[in-house]
Amino acid sequence: PHAGPVESKTEAAMSELVPEPRQKPVVPMKPMGINASLLGYIGIDTIIEQMRKKTMKTGFDFNIMVVGQSGLGKSTLVNTLFKSQVSRKSSGWNREEKIPKTVEIKAIGHVIEEGGVKMKLTVIDTPGFGDQINNENCWEPIEKYINEQYEKFLKEEVNIARKKRIPDTRVHCCLYFISPTGHSLRPLDLEFMKHLSKVVNIIPVIAKADTMTLEEKTEFKQRVRKELELNGIEFYPQKEFDEDLEDKTENDKIRQESMPFAVVGSDKEYQVNGKRVLGRKTPWGIIEVENLTHCEFALLRDFVIRTHLQDLKEVTHNIHYETYRAKRLNDNGGLPPMTVETEENHESNL
Amino acid sequence: LARGGCPSVLPAAVMDSIIIQERLVERLLSPRTQAQRSHPAKLKDHEKQYVGFATLPNQVHRKSVKKGFDFTLMVAGESGLGKSTLVNSLFLTDLYKDRKLLNAEERINQTVEIVKHTVDIEEKGVKLKLTIVDTPGFGDAVNNTECWKPITDYIDQQFEQYFRDESGLNRKNIQDNRVHCCLYFISPFGHGLRPVDVEFMKALHEKVNIVPLIAKADCLIPSEIRKLKERIREEIDKFGIKVYQFPECDSDEDEEFKQQDRELKESAPFAVIGSNTVVEAKGQRVRGRLYPWGIVEVENQAHCDFVKLRNMLIRTHMHDLKDVTCDVHYENYRAQCIQQMTSKLTQDNRIESPIPILPLPTPDTETEKLIKMKDEEVSPVSACASWVLELESKE
Repeated sequence: PHAGPVESKTEAAMSELVPEPRQKPVVPMKPMGINASLLGYIGIDTIIEQMRKKTMKTGFDFNIMVVGQSGLGKSTLVNTLFKSQVSRKSSGWNREEKIPKTVEIKAIGHVIEEGGVKMKLTVIDTPGFGDQINNENCWEPIEKYINEQYEKFLKEEVNIARKKRIPDTRVHCCLYFISPTGHSLRPLDLEFMKHLSKVVNIIPVIAKADTMTLEEKTEFKQRVRKELELNGIEFYPQKEFDEDLEDKTENDKIRQESMPFAVVGSDKEYQVNGKRVLGRKTPWGIIEVENLTHCEFALLRDFVIRTHLQDLKEVTHNIHYETYRAKRLNDNGGLPPMTVETEENHESNL
Repeated sequence: LARGGCPSVLPAAVMDSIIIQERLVERLLSPRTQAQRSHPAKLKDHEKQYVGFATLPNQVHRKSVKKGFDFTLMVAGESGLGKSTLVNSLFLTDLYKDRKLLNAEERINQTVEIVKHTVDIEEKGVKLKLTIVDTPGFGDAVNNTECWKPITDYIDQQFEQYFRDESGLNRKNIQDNRVHCCLYFISPFGHGLRPVDVEFMKALHEKVNIVPLIAKADCLIPSEIRKLKERIREEIDKFGIKVYQFPECDSDEDEEFKQQDRELKESAPFAVIGSNTVVEAKGQRVRGRLYPWGIVEVENQAHCDFVKLRNMLIRTHMHDLKDVTCDVHYENYRAQCIQQMTSKLTQDNRIESPIPILPLPTPDTETEKLIKMKDEEVSPVSACASWVLELESKE
């Protein structure tokens, strides 16, 4: 949740709007303690506690999209990330479903709760991507969907009678699954990421990383990073949106060393050294999903959920959405898009 | 026999017919009483003397060993499925030392190529000229429509070249470049066959022996492998794809062999892993892959089907693969070709064939009978047998 209109800073052609620095995140990562032995204590810092309480009450939205060829473990990974059965495959869809002839967009929402905080999580799956013989332009339905969500939000924003809290269906994060060939990226991977890194936050992950040994993984990651750089693909966290030195150093390390995260997903538990762990049991050993020496799932989870969740939402709102909005306004001659109060709109506003 | 014989080892059916022929010749040349002629089974003892052609298989064997064998193996599948590693593991060589892998941008405009690597391998005096036909670029592009065409064209070209050579004048040193087997690598990351897999196999199943494999099988746990194999087998049936069938073993083989044969059939498609690096496992040095959670041993049958594949391909079925290529795929091609030519002849009313059809010398009755039998696709053994009986009745 954010208060009031937000300014933006983008390089997109926007003559009308004066570029202003991006607002600093209002909600801090950690709640601060109260020092009781101050003289003349006013109590300003309690505002943080008040905000925290409000956040907990209202909860927040998070929309994550998964893209990749079928069979790369997208649904399993999402289930593992949120430690619950939230993917399309778990919601009654038949696991043995045929590959659809065109790319479909399937969004499923769940409310999950942890420590009193409610999250309305929406997982957007894209079955059919990259599976056909001819995959030309198969990213178009995905780009269209993302822009449609921006459009929906924009329409709400320019409404005269706006809702107190606009429902946010915009895609905050797109996990792109790279096949672990061990060689390099595929032409399709490059095409997708080139087109969509300007519209949404893309986090590339190397799927089914238990296919590669340690050396193969390191080499592959290096090659992929180089290819992404050579092709000018800015994946999240984008260099240009680092706010201060602290952000930059932290993100640099992630960008240059950890990403793309080589992950393994699993929703089955096994007993290892007296502990129950999520893993995969092979004839030659048990792969532990949360063991950092086995794969980087824990890094991905911490990155997406524990440290950068809010930032993902902010970049989506302040950068990607604003870019879309500016383009729409410019196309419309600087005026907000007209919303004719039709039967449809009226109902959705209620 | 009518075709001038296969370039390599003679198949079993022909061997039998040689034996029958020998017996017949023997009987025709030796003086006999009427009674004996009408009761072919009752040979006198002195006529059952050892002639010596039972050594024929050994003679054939010696000649083949001297001549050496050749085998052409094609590998196909998307890049990054471990094809090169598997080929190196199978033949314990390093065929791809100087290979340069393209990056994604270079691959955007790449077309499917055909690359041949030939290596001479010798083991215990037996020479094998192995040709590996690689198909880089297959299935990698964004648009893979008809990406198998260069491959089907290549296979047809080899058939055509062989057809020309066979119909030509000098047939002493025909080079057999026909593809005897195609290993098709299926990605372990999917839920079964992908559209490109189905289309590829359907385009090639009547031109070459297809052996489908599940690549990089060490990323799957045993239950996933079972499910995937089932799924693939179902889909192969559903789409009417004719993959290479292991021949039935003879009923007089011993139980152990039959058991092995059964296991082989039930394991298809083979889930394979390749590696040419040696790692230390349980105090032994084995070929495998070292992971933080354990070591995968390539030659451990509990880990993957590599051993089954190797045994099938090299130790037990290499010859059958060549036979089926000669007797089925090549014959299909040849029949189609001749049909096209004759229809063209009747259409155009001129004799205009790309391949010179030499007029055969006037055949004598014996050869004529053999040719007739071949044309009617009768097995040489039964044809000879019926011919023998015919001659008998005439006498």
